[in-house]
Amino acid sequence: MMASHREPLLNELGKRDGEHPETDVERKKLPLPDLTEREVMKHFIHLSQMNYGIDCGFYPLGSCTMKYNMKLLERVVKNERVVQVHPLQDESTVQGCLHILHHLEQMLCEITGMDAFSLQPCAGAHGEFTGMLMTRAYFEQRGEHRTEVIVPDSAHGTNPASAKMAGFDVVEIPSKDGMVDMDALEHALSEQTAAFMLTNPNTLGIFEKDIQLIARKVREAGALLYYDGANLNAIMGKTSPGVMGFDIVHVNLHKTFGTPHGGGGPGAGPVGVREHLEEFLPVPRVVRQGEGYALDYERPRSIGKMSMFYGNFAVLLRAYAYILRKGNSLQEVSERAVVNANYLMERLRSVGYDVPFYRRRMHEFVLSLASLKKKGVRALDVAKRLLDYGFHPPTIYFPLIVEEAFMVEPTEDESRETLDSFVNAMDTIVHEDENIVRGAPHRMPVKRVNEGQAVRNAILTWKDL
Amino acid sequence: MLTYLGIESIDELFEDIPEKMRTGGLALPDAMEEREVEERIRALLAENKSFFEMPSFLPILKPHYIPPAVDEIVARQEFYTSYTPYQAEASQGMLQALFEYQSVVAELTGMEVANVSMYDSATALGEAALMAHRITGRKKILVPRAMFWHKRSVLENYARGAALEIIEIDHGEDGLMKLNFSGDDIAAIYIENPNFFGIIDRRYDELSKIKERTGALLIAGIDPLHLALFHPPSHYHADIVIGEGYLGNPMNFGGPLLGIFASKKQYLRQMPGRIIGATVDREGKRAFCMTLQTREQHIRRGKATSNICSNQALCCISFLAYVALLGSGGLRGVALQNMENAHYMAERLKEVGFEMPFDAPFFNEFVVTCPLEGKELNKRLLARGMYGGLPIDRYVAKGMLFGVTEMHTRELMDEAVETMVEVVA
Repeated sequence: MMASHREPLLNELGKRDGEHPETDVERKKLPLPDLTEREVMKHFIHLSQMNYGIDCGFYPLGSCTMKYNMKLLERVVKNERVVQVHPLQDESTVQGCLHILHHLEQMLCEITGMDAFSLQPCAGAHGEFTGMLMTRAYFEQRGEHRTEVIVPDSAHGTNPASAKMAGFDVVEIPSKDGMVDMDALEHALSEQTAAFMLTNPNTLGIFEKDIQLIARKVREAGALLYYDGANLNAIMGKTSPGVMGFDIVHVNLHKTFGTPHGGGGPGAGPVGVREHLEEFLPVPRVVRQGEGYALDYERPRSIGKMSMFYGNFAVLLRAYAYILRKGNSLQEVSERAVVNANYLMERLRSVGYDVPFYRRRMHEFVLSLASLKKKGVRALDVAKRLLDYGFHPPTIYFPLIVEEAFMVEPTEDESRETLDSFVNAMDTIVHEDENIVRGAPHRMPVKRVNEGQAVRNAILTWKDL
Repeated sequence: MLTYLGIESIDELFEDIPEKMRTGGLALPDAMEEREVEERIRALLAENKSFFEMPSFLPILKPHYIPPAVDEIVARQEFYTSYTPYQAEASQGMLQALFEYQSVVAELTGMEVANVSMYDSATALGEAALMAHRITGRKKILVPRAMFWHKRSVLENYARGAALEIIEIDHGEDGLMKLNFSGDDIAAIYIENPNFFGIIDRRYDELSKIKERTGALLIAGIDPLHLALFHPPSHYHADIVIGEGYLGNPMNFGGPLLGIFASKKQYLRQMPGRIIGATVDREGKRAFCMTLQTREQHIRRGKATSNICSNQALCCISFLAYVALLGSGGLRGVALQNMENAHYMAERLKEVGFEMPFDAPFFNEFVVTCPLEGKELNKRLLARGMYGGLPIDRYVAKGMLFGVTEMHTRELMDEAVETMVEVVA
């Protein structure tokens, strides 16, 4: 499927002297290649042919929600009244942008059960960091000195990292039967606790049934409950973080709301809060003013700014288009995502794969491939072998609480036929000669990449080569 | 599929949600057809004015011409729909392109290593301050008093958790931040080049000696286009380099942007964000992969150098494609055009009674003092379908910061100056 050629680096395509303007400039050498448009296009098209995108096939990366990116989203952002609009123009000349931001905030409030949103954070982790800084500001305002944030051991790595960046000490609690261990939580909660960060459904794809009790315990301790929205795709229209008792939420527009992942970004990580935290949201806030909209910077208790302007606007606009397109049928998005995940999990179990903490799942599930270890095959090997069958592998070795974890999230967009063909590939692989599996991939542009050597001998630019 | 699962209704799959917490649907509008979504958004955006409908001279982020080939390249679904390239064998295209991006940033800045982006220049500065703190164990970050206030606010937020102290340093009459500071516990000094007033800082010797004199790291905030003509920050021994990677990326009402982040190799292990390395595959052929991941949150969790996960990778591809298409010659050409146009505009404004408070070399941004308040000038210009620069009264009375690029034609500038004369009168 993918081209198996190699492509030289840009600087190896020939370094010619371009038309250097004759001038006395300070910098005599600008060591960049001079190529024709024809050469540059060929280069990048060749590179693209060595990359797996969503339109290439099944992309069941757990926790990443790799749903199909509607082409509509790419068209609406091409408008000149987006592309050629400066963020510091007079408000009267950006009413369209402000209207869209305001409406998107409202729709996110409806979906998450929050009272107010800021669209400024540029990614999920950036949203977490924003939420943690607001948590800090909230307790400072109340004159309480709280220094700890609790996270489950199944949490995304960004949770503890974001809490730490905001200056909190991180307390990690163990899970029990794949869910929050209530005893451990109660033990960890104290007057030092500022927040408990949780994703629900959690990273095993299990809905935390005790969420009411969790919310009550956290509130009784005087702490805030933070919702990591990475798994929001499972529950839209079914329940909401607000109803569950969360105080702060971030959502990943590049997961739940169909904006492309861009090979790593840009995404967007808007943060929503309940009323008691609204005054701490970043500035500016988008507010109604007469018939129109305005940017309000006069919020004395705001934490200030989190990024240069108003967030990744072109990403926000894509998510806006996605939500308009789906409307109140977003609920069906979650339904199909959950049906697909449960179907795929049962099918994989039926061919012998092990699901620790087996029970109904929401939008994703985690296999353990530990039993393959005795024939010398690891989760990494199965992942690489799946590439040969034309599938992007699931997330591996996460969450950390499952040995040889293999985390599968099919999303709502895949057909039963696709899911069945994935099961067939998984079933074939488990019966294959272990040397074939360990030697995978065999049909990619490159063979197994030596990542260890990349660390030991850091070659980070073409000059290092 | 429900039959296979042995259930009659989808609701059975949601039974783990306590009954009290079920919301039963969303109060959102009905789903729209594609055509309706397009119409709706086009109608809303009709309330905006683009640069072509309302030319402006706003600084910081500026309009630039982006070759159509850039759009084509980043429109390849293999790039824009893919995830972070954890699976190296299926991601060689993205990985090689990002490796090339790192190489281009290294060439432009003269630094040894670069990561594949922070969110924007402001968050890059925040991360740079934290990195300087980790390296030096010190707590003070010195910044110019005159800097874009948004960026300053973001820096404060990044500094909060580590309790860093941000200290403002005033500028002299030449508009340049004073460098005769002293004191201990200084982790880093942040300079911008060109600085907030658009002035090119050529105190290369003095800047080079900061670390020796104070032990503080030098963080340089750069403009990538400026580097096509002027000495890179490596020339004055910057330790960390940050900047706005706007090349190839449109304004888009302020986002997504691209935070450039480069450093000396000796500080590699303290760098935030993703880094791509060259290595070999099992047959010994060249291949690329994400590397030094033990710095990152998905491995190190609370002890990571940063919490960043999703970044601005696709904006790196736009930046790279832009630089590749222009080449060294084209890049210099655009940079010169920017500088010439900015100087033309400044001269024209001086002719009609605007003054330049700083007698200093500048690139494509400059400060003038207006005959009336900048805010009032913009208001009057707006009525004429035009906009001036950014009022900066907080630093210069009646001051306005102008940004001029290759997009500002002579005709446009002449017309703008005439209009300014009329509205001032």
